[in-house]
Amino acid sequence: MKVYVPRDAAARALGADAVAEAVLREAAARGLTVDLVRNGSRGMVWLEPLLEVETEAGRTGFGPVSAADVPGLFDAAFGDHALALGDVEAIPFFAKQTRLTFARCGLIDPLSLAEYEAHGGLSGLRRALEMTPEALVAEVTDSGLRGRGGAGFPTGIKWDTVRKAEADQKYIVCNADEGDSGTFADRMIMEGDPFSLVEGMAIAGLATGSTRGFVYLRSEYPDAIEVMQEALRRARAAGVLGASVLGSGRAFDMEIRVGAGAYVCGEETSLLNSLEGKRGVVRAKPPLPALQGAFGKPTVVNNVISLATVPVILEKGAAQYRDFGLGRSRGTIPVQIAGNVKHGGLFETAFGMSLGTLVNEIGGGTASGRPVKAVQIGGPLGAYFPETLFDTPFGYEEFDGQGGLIGHAGVVIFDDTADMLAMARFAMEFCAVESCGKCTPCRIGAVRGVETIDRIGRGDASAVEVLTDLCDTMKDGSLCALGGFTPYPVMSALRHFPADFPVAKEAAE
Amino acid sequence: MSPSTPPSEAEIDAIVAAHMSMEGPMLPILHALQAAFGHVPQAAVPRIAQALNQTRAEVHGVVSFYHDFRDAPVTGRVVRLCRAEACQASGGAAVAEAVMQTFGIGWGESKGGVTLEPVYCLGLCACGPAAQVDGRLHGRVDAARIEALVAEGAA
Repeated sequence: MKVYVPRDAAARALGADAVAEAVLREAAARGLTVDLVRNGSRGMVWLEPLLEVETEAGRTGFGPVSAADVPGLFDAAFGDHALALGDVEAIPFFAKQTRLTFARCGLIDPLSLAEYEAHGGLSGLRRALEMTPEALVAEVTDSGLRGRGGAGFPTGIKWDTVRKAEADQKYIVCNADEGDSGTFADRMIMEGDPFSLVEGMAIAGLATGSTRGFVYLRSEYPDAIEVMQEALRRARAAGVLGASVLGSGRAFDMEIRVGAGAYVCGEETSLLNSLEGKRGVVRAKPPLPALQGAFGKPTVVNNVISLATVPVILEKGAAQYRDFGLGRSRGTIPVQIAGNVKHGGLFETAFGMSLGTLVNEIGGGTASGRPVKAVQIGGPLGAYFPETLFDTPFGYEEFDGQGGLIGHAGVVIFDDTADMLAMARFAMEFCAVESCGKCTPCRIGAVRGVETIDRIGRGDASAVEVLTDLCDTMKDGSLCALGGFTPYPVMSALRHFPADFPVAKEAAE
Repeated sequence: MSPSTPPSEAEIDAIVAAHMSMEGPMLPILHALQAAFGHVPQAAVPRIAQALNQTRAEVHGVVSFYHDFRDAPVTGRVVRLCRAEACQASGGAAVAEAVMQTFGIGWGESKGGVTLEPVYCLGLCACGPAAQVDGRLHGRVDAARIEALVAEGAA
């Protein structure tokens, strides 16, 4: 009997290890042989730990399972049970998705290269090895893939700049410093399908003439670090990485670098400084990292999801990927539905689904059962959207047009008990804690921002104009998104939720 | 190497030397020192500076920039509670308040063998409030669960 219990950090944080132990213990006590696989997560976090059993009809799920439920599951022969969910892939949250990047996540043993290959893995890399770098870059450009870290810059264009740059050494740097609250897609793919990232980076290396790669992975993700380290060892042993990638005679190898708890290192130039062993201070651009990046050499810096999506683009062709989506947002986006939500988790879908559908239909509204008040999209630097903007379709330009951003596609839901003045204050406080200190509007402005919001809270009407002006200064006068985008949550809270800002309400009336 | 014995220069040098073939060895060295000694000892700063041909001020600047690196080892339990938005949305602030009350400590403080630290996102945003107790992650925590986890490890 084959039993799956996820090793994903969220599943483990909810007791998956104890469930896995109970399965083995119970099987031994009953004299049954169980093949236990620690898979990635299917992304339905409210059902974690989600135990699956392989049957003739497919994979049947049970969840959320606690260790105490396991004897009962054996008694029921993994059939009729109160926690039974039936066919896992028929659960509406799962069935409604378009899984391209996450096709294997939760399905396979994350560290089995054989299963990875059996499910389409490495075919993108094999195809890439037969293509010229120009054709490879053109394929990625044609797919319409844009940076999934938040900036949305076309991946192919970035690659082409690096490809054309001449240097004795070029680098592929994967930004796995996923510090935005409400986002966990990078973590999930690294824990659930690490070889997709390895393959994506190897393809990026072939396309740009880079032979070395780094994954800059945040220290807050101990499970992802462990899985990625092991994946690299196995990829190297199998000849996927090394002096001759899949026997092609072309070299690519990579290593994991662990961050040290600085949010700002998710910004690409800070990340490069940190990788080089310096303080994680933002660099001015130009020079672009594509021309002078890691160690002063031409460097591709891409987000985990961008890179992990490249293999499926190469496997199935640019046109297939490009055919999904809306406007200039092509392909799929793994939306992470989080916060106070009934059905939280990762939902990969073509661009274009409305925010309201994601929050109410897919997410099922709040976990508390209270009305949704606000939704923050794109992490701590993203805007708070009220219900009146719920018809906004998920897309880069579409969110920009409403004064927001999709960022890394985290959607954090708040119920009506949320105090938006407190959330605006927190945004400034967070910016003050995490500012690298390079730009004065960010370093000093964030501190002044906290004080100014406190003045508003005390009923000082004149402080509203000061805050607005301060936000404009931060927006225009900061080198990176930390100082530049902190005004998004602050000003959107002020604009859309005036009732929480007593003086703003008076001024408006 | 127990955290209570001050690390010797030879121990520090061995860790530094083990990383010298890497590109950009600074952070890997600092992580390795912290893993070995529970903190980045002050005595390591001039040794690293020497090995990497940097000034002591530069090395100190790097060590002090990052939240992760400690200047003294922590004894007892380390409770990290997520303060980020998704956990706030699911009641994280109230959990933090209650934990502070119970243990009589604020952010960054230690008392009675418990240290409380803020963390900004553990990637458990769909099962918050999230916490990390001595490195282990926990989802959907409340104050009682944190107290139980602290008591569990202390026993």
